[in-house]
Amino acid sequence: MTDTTVDISRTGSTAILRIHGEITGGSEPALMAAYAQADGARSVVLDFASLDYMNSGGIGLLVTLLVRAQRAGQKLLAVGLSDHYRQILSLTRLDEAIAIHDDEPAALAAAAATA
Amino acid sequence: MTTPHPHAPHASRDEESWARPVDRLTTTATGANTDTVTGRRVAGPVQGFGQMWQKTFAVRVPADDHSPETVVAHWKERFPTFWPKGSTFYAPLAGITPGEVALLEIPPVPGSPVKMSTGVMVIYADRESFTFMTPEGHALAAWITFSAYRDGEDVVAQAQALERTADPLIELTYLFGANRANDRFWEQTLVNLARSLGVADPSVEATKVCVDTRRQWKYAGNVRHSPAVHMAVATVTAPARWIRRRRAAG
Repeated sequence: MTDTTVDISRTGSTAILRIHGEITGGSEPALMAAYAQADGARSVVLDFASLDYMNSGGIGLLVTLLVRAQRAGQKLLAVGLSDHYRQILSLTRLDEAIAIHDDEPAALAAAAATA
Repeated sequence: MTTPHPHAPHASRDEESWARPVDRLTTTATGANTDTVTGRRVAGPVQGFGQMWQKTFAVRVPADDHSPETVVAHWKERFPTFWPKGSTFYAPLAGITPGEVALLEIPPVPGSPVKMSTGVMVIYADRESFTFMTPEGHALAAWITFSAYRDGEDVVAQAQALERTADPLIELTYLFGANRANDRFWEQTLVNLARSLGVADPSVEATKVCVDTRRQWKYAGNVRHSPAVHMAVATVTAPARWIRRRRAAG
C-alpha cells in the first residue's frame, strides 16, 4: 500500500502542497485530491522535503499533474528537494517544466513575480 | 548562496534504482548496424510535440507459478526475445540496469523492410519494475514502465507508456495508423512474455487515455533530429554529392 499524505495551504494566490511519505503510481488519489483543492491558485508549489521514496510511477504522476496545471494556466514550482531528487528531475528533464527553488520563500517570491 | 532544506539531506531508499543524470548518452550495446544514440540527450513526454497518451497493456499469469519479482526478473533477462518479429533490441552489456542504454532497430511503419535505428535509456529499475526513456531522434518522446503486481490469484504484467510523438511528421503518421500499430507492438510483446511464462492463450487488456490533447508547437523543431528526415535529405542530396566527388577525382 502506498504511504502518501499531502497537506495543503495557501499564501495569496499560491497553493502549497506538502508531500509526506512516498510518491508512486498508487499516490494518485492523494495527490490529485490535494491538487483539486488548489483550484483557482495561480501557482502551485510542491514541497518535497518530507518525501521518502519515489519510483518511476511517481514521476509519471508528476507529469500528469504538470499537464493539469498547464491546462489550468498554473505555474508549477518545487522546493525541499534533496540532491537525489533534484538529480531525478534533471535526469527526466522535468526541471525544464517545473521551476526548482531552494526554499519556500524563494518559490513564493518567484510565484508572485510571475503572477 | 544555497541553503539546504532542513529535511532534505537524508538518503532515500530508491537511490540505487535511479540512473544518474547524463548530458549526452553513450552505450555499451553491440550488434546494431548503426548507433544514432551516442551523443544525444534523452527526451521525455515534456519535450515531445504530439498529444500525450497514457497507454497501458496488461496480461495475467497465474500467481501459483510466479511472483511479481520473478516475472520482472524474467522480463529483464529475456527482454529482446519478447519483441515482435522485425524489431530488434540490442541490450547493453550490463543488461537492464539503471543508466544503461540499449540500441533498437525498428521499422518506421509495420512491415517495412527499412529499419530505423534508435535506442532507450534505462532510467529506473527495481525488483518489480523498470523504466525506459527515449532519446532525441526517437519517434516518440516517452517513458515506458514495465512492471508486475499481484491481483487476486494472478500476477499482472504491465507495460505502461506515457508518450508524445516527437515531431509533427511522426504525429501525422500517428493520425494515419501508426498509433494503432504501436499498440499492436506492445500487445504482441505482452503475448510473447505471457507465453514464455507458460500461459497458453494470453489475453491482453489495453487502456488508452489522451492525457493532453494539445500539441506542443514549441517542440515542432524536434523534426531536425528525425532519422527519417536525415535519410530523406541524404537521398535528395546524393546526386549532388556524387557529382562533387567525380569533379574532385577528375
